[in-house]
Parts: sequence; C-alpha cells; structure tokens
Amino acid sequence: MIQFDKVVKRFGDVTVLRELDFHVKPAERVTLIGPSGSGKTTILRLLMTLERVTSGTIEVDGQCLSHMKRGDRMVPADEKHLRQVRKKIGMVFQQFNLFPNMNVLRNITEAPVRALGVPREQAEEKARDLLEMVELSDKALAHPSQLSGGQQQRVAIARALAMEPEVLLLDEVTSALDPELVSGVQSLLRDIARSSNLTLLCVTHEMNFARDISHRVLMFDQGQIVEDGPPEQIFNEPEQQRTRDFLQAVLNA
Amino acid sequence: MMTVNPCSGDLPGVFGETMPFLCQGAAVTLQSAAGGAALAIVIALVVGLMASSPLRTVRGVARVYMEFFRGTSVLVQLFWLFYAMPILTGYQMDKVFAGVLALGLNLGAYGSEVVRGALQAVPPSQREAAIALNFSPLQRMRYVILPQAFVEMIPPMNNLLIELLKATSLLSVITVADLAYEGRLLVNSGSDQLIVFALMLVIYFVFSYAITLVMRFVERRAARMVGRGKPRRRRATAAVEAAR
Repeated sequence: MIQFDKVVKRFGDVTVLRELDFHVKPAERVTLIGPSGSGKTTILRLLMTLERVTSGTIEVDGQCLSHMKRGDRMVPADEKHLRQVRKKIGMVFQQFNLFPNMNVLRNITEAPVRALGVPREQAEEKARDLLEMVELSDKALAHPSQLSGGQQQRVAIARALAMEPEVLLLDEVTSALDPELVSGVQSLLRDIARSSNLTLLCVTHEMNFARDISHRVLMFDQGQIVEDGPPEQIFNEPEQQRTRDFLQAVLNA
Repeated sequence: MMTVNPCSGDLPGVFGETMPFLCQGAAVTLQSAAGGAALAIVIALVVGLMASSPLRTVRGVARVYMEFFRGTSVLVQLFWLFYAMPILTGYQMDKVFAGVLALGLNLGAYGSEVVRGALQAVPPSQREAAIALNFSPLQRMRYVILPQAFVEMIPPMNNLLIELLKATSLLSVITVADLAYEGRLLVNSGSDQLIVFALMLVIYFVFSYAITLVMRFVERRAARMVGRGKPRRRRATAAVEAAR
C-alpha cells in the first residue's frame, strides 16, 4: 500500500530522513516510535503531500506521490495529480486543526461536498452517523471553540473518516490533550482500527497505545529505521541498544 | 413638533443660508467616498490575493502596484489623472470619475497590504488541514483561509475607509463641488467663517462615525462566524473559559 524507496528529506542543512526504505501492506497498522526529531512526523507529512521529498520516491497504492508520468518521462506532480493521490489518504493532527469558521457538522461535511462533490444531504447523513460513532451527536451544531480538546479531536477523526480514505495518518493525536481525555480518544481509535480495514500509520509517544493498536512497530533514530518488528518483540525483547535506551527513557518518564 | 429638513434652507439665519450648499457638497463627498471605497475594496482583495500568490511574477506585479501607489501622493495622482492624462492621451476624464479613480487606486494599495497581512495571519496549520481534506487551492482560499482572514481585515479597513472619506476633500482641488469646495465657496462669498467651518467639521465627523458604526457591526458578525463572541476581549474570554 505504501512504499518508501530511498527517501531523503532535507530542510536546509539538516537531513531529516536518510535513504529511508520501508513498506506498509494494505490494512496493516504500523506505529512509528523514536526520539523527537527522528523524522517520524516528517514521514506522515510527506505522505500527506504537505512536504516534498528531496530525493527518492514514495508510492501509495502504486501511484507515485511526487512525480507523474507524462509520455514516458517522469515529471513533478501537478495539482491535479496530487489531488488524485490525496483521495486515498486522510490525516489527523496533533492540534486538531478544526476550521473555526464552521460548526462541527460543517467541518465534517464541507470537504466531501466541495472536494468530492457528494450531495449535501448525503454528506450530512454520513456526518451524523460519524458523530454518533464518536459520541458527539448532540454537538453537531456546536462551534469547535465550545468543545473540549478531546471532543475536538474526535470531530477531527470523524472529519478525516468522512473522506473515506484508505490510509489514515495519525500524528501524535493525543499529545495535546489533557491526561483525562487521552483514553477516550485512544479507545475510539482502537475501535475504528479493529472494525475497519484502514491502513494506519501512527506516530505516538504512548507506548501502551502503540502496543495494542499496531501490527508492527518501527523504531526511528536520526532519520533511519533502527528496528522493525511486531510490538511484542519491540517492547519485550528489543534487539537494538538504541531501542532499549529509548524505551527505558519513555517508560520511566 | 414639526421636523425641519436641515438641507431645505428653512433653518433660521446663517444656517438657512449655508446648509443647502453644504448638503449638496456633502452628497458629492459621500458619492465620491462610496465610489472610491468600492474600487479600493475590490483592488485590495485582488491585489492582496496576488501578493499572497505562490507565483513570483504575480507577487512581483502586486508589489510594484502597492509600492507605487502608496509611495506617491493622492494629490499628485489626481493631477496626473485629470490634467496630465489628457495631454498624453487626448482623453479628458470626468472630474468626479478621476477623483474616484485616484482615491480607489491609492487606498486600494494600502488595503492590499491589509488583506495580505490578514491572509498571512491565518495559521499555516489551517491550510494544511485543508490540503489533507483534499480541497483545491481555490477552495482552500474560498472556504477556509479567506473567511478566517476576513475578521482580521475589518479594524484596519475601518481606518482606511475613514482616511478615504477625509481624502475626498482633495477632489475640491480639481473643482469637484464636494463639501470642502462648497464650504470654501460660502466663506469666500461672505458667510460667517466660524459657523461654516464648524458645520463642515460636524458633517465630516458624523460621516466617519457612521463608517465606524457600520464596521463595528460587520466585525461583530464576522467574529461570531469564526466563533469569537467578543473580538476585542478575545484573550479575557479564553481565560475565563479555561478557568471553568
């Protein structure tokens, strides 16, 4: 589903990703862990086309993100191509990023209506189903600023799912929440993960969440994958010293 | 009680003599201000958006326009449009039209800077969220960025509109019969200076205060649309909310 091939990303003189290769299968749930600055969030931002690779290629479902075919040459992707590949991908942000100029319902329906051309009634019906799933049916007409952080994040999750993505990117989705709101959002995501066949790519500092949501955990350091394996292996008997040090640091925090 | 139309000349003494003329002038002032404002707002939006374009040449064109019209005086622009243009092109503009054009071009340049600044003040994360939801660049601007930037534009736009209203008095230099022109005419033909000048002061003030009232109303409406109850006390409200 997702294929990174020798991906390099530099910001000025800083190399964030160094020749990164990895592969994610359809419906696989992968968690990226590692110290901050190791490039995890950059991977999600590259996939969402919020950043462009410096070199290398990323493919989603066989389609290259940064380039497209014109004749038999590869040229940089234009907006039309980008919108085509973005259709498959959704993202939930650390800071929720709900639109303050729309109420909750509008936040969820606006993109399907405008970007996909779904009729408004149909989009609203779907939005109400999603709001029921995230247990916020009574907040449909509320304004984002009237919601708690946890509620805002649940709306943001509903908003991403309304676009029916095949891949969902979760970028530290509970890091900005008050501690008592974290578990609600996490259990919602666990339910979504188990009841759908979404391909999930998740950056988190919550190791317990990583353990029960993912099929596979990738340990990152300095723009490279240090260790790659199922959660039991990574958390119980990590092979690499870097992984052991990192886990020790976060689990004792 | 009988109401007297202050513009009819039924008022006693010097007021009855001067008010009909001042009212005529005030109407011309209002017309030129309204025309100039309409043009300035359209220019501000278009050039402000151009100045925020990812394309360098488009930004460059906007930049040149903004710097040129901010950097030269309205009066000189007026002279060019009304006196110099006919010499160069043989086309003589109507004087009110030339006035509206000069005001619109000049205040439009200031307004573009306001629009550009307001667009830039919308957090980049809003744009990113809109990309993630697959909005096209145009839809991102139309449905996400502009509505949020709009609220930020209103207080500085209020200032500009008042500036524009007052700058209409420059049109009297090319003999547009506005409030300033009529006032000076009355004084020159022997009306009481103090009274005429005082009336002019009051009329300008009433107009500019009306602009402020309208803009405050628009601001409150816009603020409510982006979920801020009281825009001027935004921080205090947030703090109260957090303390609950």
